[in-house]
Amino acid sequence: MTTASNTLADSRTLAAAQASQQVSQGDVADYVALLKPRVMFLVVFTALVGMVVTPATAHPVIAFASLLMIAVGAGASGCLNMWWDADIDAVMTRTMKRPIPAGKIRPDEALAFGLTLSGGSVLVLGLVANWLAAGLLAFTIAFYAVIYSMWLKRATPQNIVIGGLAGALPPVVAQAAATGRVGLESLVLCAIIFIWTPPHFWALALVKSGDYARAGIPMMPNVAGPDSTRRQILAYTLLLAPLGMAPAALGFGGLAYAAVSGLGGFGMLLLAWQVFRLREGEAAVKVPQKLFAFSILYLFALFATLLAEHAFGLFRPVLG
Amino acid sequence: MAVTPPELSPEDQRRRRRRSLAIAIVLGGLVVLFYAVTIAKLGPQVLQRPL
Repeated sequence: MTTASNTLADSRTLAAAQASQQVSQGDVADYVALLKPRVMFLVVFTALVGMVVTPATAHPVIAFASLLMIAVGAGASGCLNMWWDADIDAVMTRTMKRPIPAGKIRPDEALAFGLTLSGGSVLVLGLVANWLAAGLLAFTIAFYAVIYSMWLKRATPQNIVIGGLAGALPPVVAQAAATGRVGLESLVLCAIIFIWTPPHFWALALVKSGDYARAGIPMMPNVAGPDSTRRQILAYTLLLAPLGMAPAALGFGGLAYAAVSGLGGFGMLLLAWQVFRLREGEAAVKVPQKLFAFSILYLFALFATLLAEHAFGLFRPVLG
Repeated sequence: MAVTPPELSPEDQRRRRRRSLAIAIVLGGLVVLFYAVTIAKLGPQVLQRPL
């Protein structure tokens, strides 16, 4: 018995030693790809806006370091998401070339990379800024990696609705880092991104429903059907258009923001209405694609206008 | 039981060198960042002390 268990322990030690000695096939670019750089850029952008709309500003070095840690935290959660979802990434055309399904980085390497960056970003943000911001960043990473990736994504068609909170929180984390508190400004920005997420992703899901079905992900068009999805896209856009104008109404968005959010909201409503009405033929594919592309432009325009108004002194109040 | 280290192809060695260089750059960047943050947090008061 003792000899048998010793042999088993020896073979396990040997297997672990051999695994640790495997040559990594990953190049620097593959590790960068694990961080989802485009998502990181969006996170930095929305977080920066969350910082600049706040009246009290942090020291530029502290603000820069905080933004960097928020970006690293976002990259870490993207990496953990790719580690967990490697099986479904391998069967979807959009994701099959990611480093893990492509065989360039081993899952255990990605897990170690993601966990190290998660812990490091939270710790450094806590030391550099404050522990409220660090706690919010830890919550955001855990929400995306555990609540969204491990649980919601494969369990419910409401996956991207609830999971969207992770993508919406960076302005809140940034405001907490800059001021030590969470204010109305960042909460409104968070709400805008949160309500923007369903029409944005469902427009894509309407077109790519076959991909999601093959991977077994219960996206709204696969579960509730395309008609219900189109109705829900319209409902969320009806909420989003006025919510997008809230910064102007609350006084931290100026005249330019009022104009951009009004026009952009009208464009979103127009496209969401077309998605709702046009359900046959070529238009049934093309219009959701248009809405998907326009929704990115819309959100970018809202945040870029706020950034221009606050960071470059272009703010002109709507009233007076 | 001895474990023999794996053979590295020239491409493996190039990739390992690039990874090592990237880690060195990141570590150097962190040193600069922590230094700058320390100075920013201490502020100008650090120079105002009785000599």
